[in-house]
Amino acid sequence: MKRRTFLKGTVTSGVIGVAASAGLLAPRMVLAAWPKSAFDANTVDDAVDALLGSVNLAESGDIKIKAPDIAENGAVVPITVSTGMPAESISVFIEKNPSPLACSFAFGSETLGFVSTRVKMRKTSNLIAIVKSGGKLLSARKTVKVTIGGCGG
Amino acid sequence: MAKKRIRIRAKMKGDVAEIKTIMSHPMETGLRENKKSGGKIPAYFIQEVICEHKGNKVLVASWGVAVSKNPYLSFKFKGGMKGDTIKISWSDNKGGSASAEANID
Repeated sequence: MKRRTFLKGTVTSGVIGVAASAGLLAPRMVLAAWPKSAFDANTVDDAVDALLGSVNLAESGDIKIKAPDIAENGAVVPITVSTGMPAESISVFIEKNPSPLACSFAFGSETLGFVSTRVKMRKTSNLIAIVKSGGKLLSARKTVKVTIGGCGG
Repeated sequence: MAKKRIRIRAKMKGDVAEIKTIMSHPMETGLRENKKSGGKIPAYFIQEVICEHKGNKVLVASWGVAVSKNPYLSFKFKGGMKGDTIKISWSDNKGGSASAEANID
């Protein structure tokens, strides 16, 4: 019985160890629990700190945010974030939303620094994209004017 | 309803695989009011999306309520080949989940 538990333990840790050392899983991905505190935060700084552990951001010209200048419907705002840097993650914050963190994407090693989705915006606000690359946090922002809000208010 | 809950389109463009997907989900924010009862409609949204290529995670998304209804997601990765299987699965805040697979064209 003891021998069996011991074996089980070794096998599972062995598999995870191999996967991690082979670089198949970024460390963040292994621990991929939904970051509740970051989504609950109601300022951009708090959300960034809760999600990424630092608010030490550097502006970068190598991050492109593609979003409309004017969104007629705040419930569906298409947004594309792309960067030439090898990105570990891309996170999107919407300054004036009740919870600024909209979405965060953790990438595998072969995934390009590109993500496209659609988000809701309560009102005219800055979109902030933060790229984690080589342990650094780099950001870019773009203002989107919203004519009808998308939070049902 | 035989409605497909995840639609996937995967295509090779040179050496890059481009994945586009749409998931069927109401993505309730928890902020909208139910006009009849006057109460708030409870939040109901996808929290996590995992995208795998041949068993390797290429993208893990954490979402809040700000992602639009019937979420759209697109991403790109290297190392894929025509015919490879892409698996996309999501789980929501009420314990619901769905997954789907597609081959790269």
